[in-house]
Amino acid sequence: MTDTQQLETALAEGQAKQKTNKLVIFTWGGDLDKVWPTLILATSAAAMGMEIIVFFTFWGLFPLVRNDVRLTGDNWMQKLLSAMHRGGTQHLKLSQLNFAGAGPAMMRKLAADHKVASPQELLELAQEMGVRLIPCQMTMDLLGLKREDLIDGLEEPAGAATALAEAQDAITLFI
Amino acid sequence: MSIPVITTLDCKGLSCPLPIVKTAIAVKKLQPGELLEVWATDPGSVADFTAWSKSTGNPLIDHTAEGGVFHFVIRKE
Repeated sequence: MTDTQQLETALAEGQAKQKTNKLVIFTWGGDLDKVWPTLILATSAAAMGMEIIVFFTFWGLFPLVRNDVRLTGDNWMQKLLSAMHRGGTQHLKLSQLNFAGAGPAMMRKLAADHKVASPQELLELAQEMGVRLIPCQMTMDLLGLKREDLIDGLEEPAGAATALAEAQDAITLFI
Repeated sequence: MSIPVITTLDCKGLSCPLPIVKTAIAVKKLQPGELLEVWATDPGSVADFTAWSKSTGNPLIDHTAEGGVFHFVIRKE
């Protein structure tokens, strides 16, 4: 291969890479300071015309719990878990400086003052813009979260293989 | 020459990602060739609107700044 051909091949590959128009986010963390940027990225990517899939697993599932649901789970361990770690976008904690809820309250006040959309608004915007939200079936079983505990407008719960299959031709983020 | 339809979107005071998200939703509702003008105050919006325009192919035909208020005009492709 000549230098010119090599250059052309490299250029074509670069252009093909640039055209990746799909984003798959694995939402593992359920903290306010992880879920918030996740939703900002998802809505921004939707605005850019990208196809977006957000796969919610482990702690990441809790933000999808309906805000009016208090206790979840079938056994005492799952119930205790939900008692200690309430789900819903309005009950997210900070990964640091939480101060028993004072940190998130201050963060929300700052966000409101700066007109930064709340996680709840962003989640609704994401749904309006066609962002595909997939809860992880295995985590739901493990943590005792039922479909009716979660918000409307989600896709059918699925497994890791579904998310990975979607990720094959996409940019992926694990947050 | 016909005068293109201009829709106005006020994003003053809003922070990232709302200006670009609201713009994308508004542009979706337009017919090709129609214009959208956006007012924003988020300093990050200059870079964001340029990147958004480049990425989506809807040209940013004008952008100006005056007294901390940014004005963008986008043509729907």
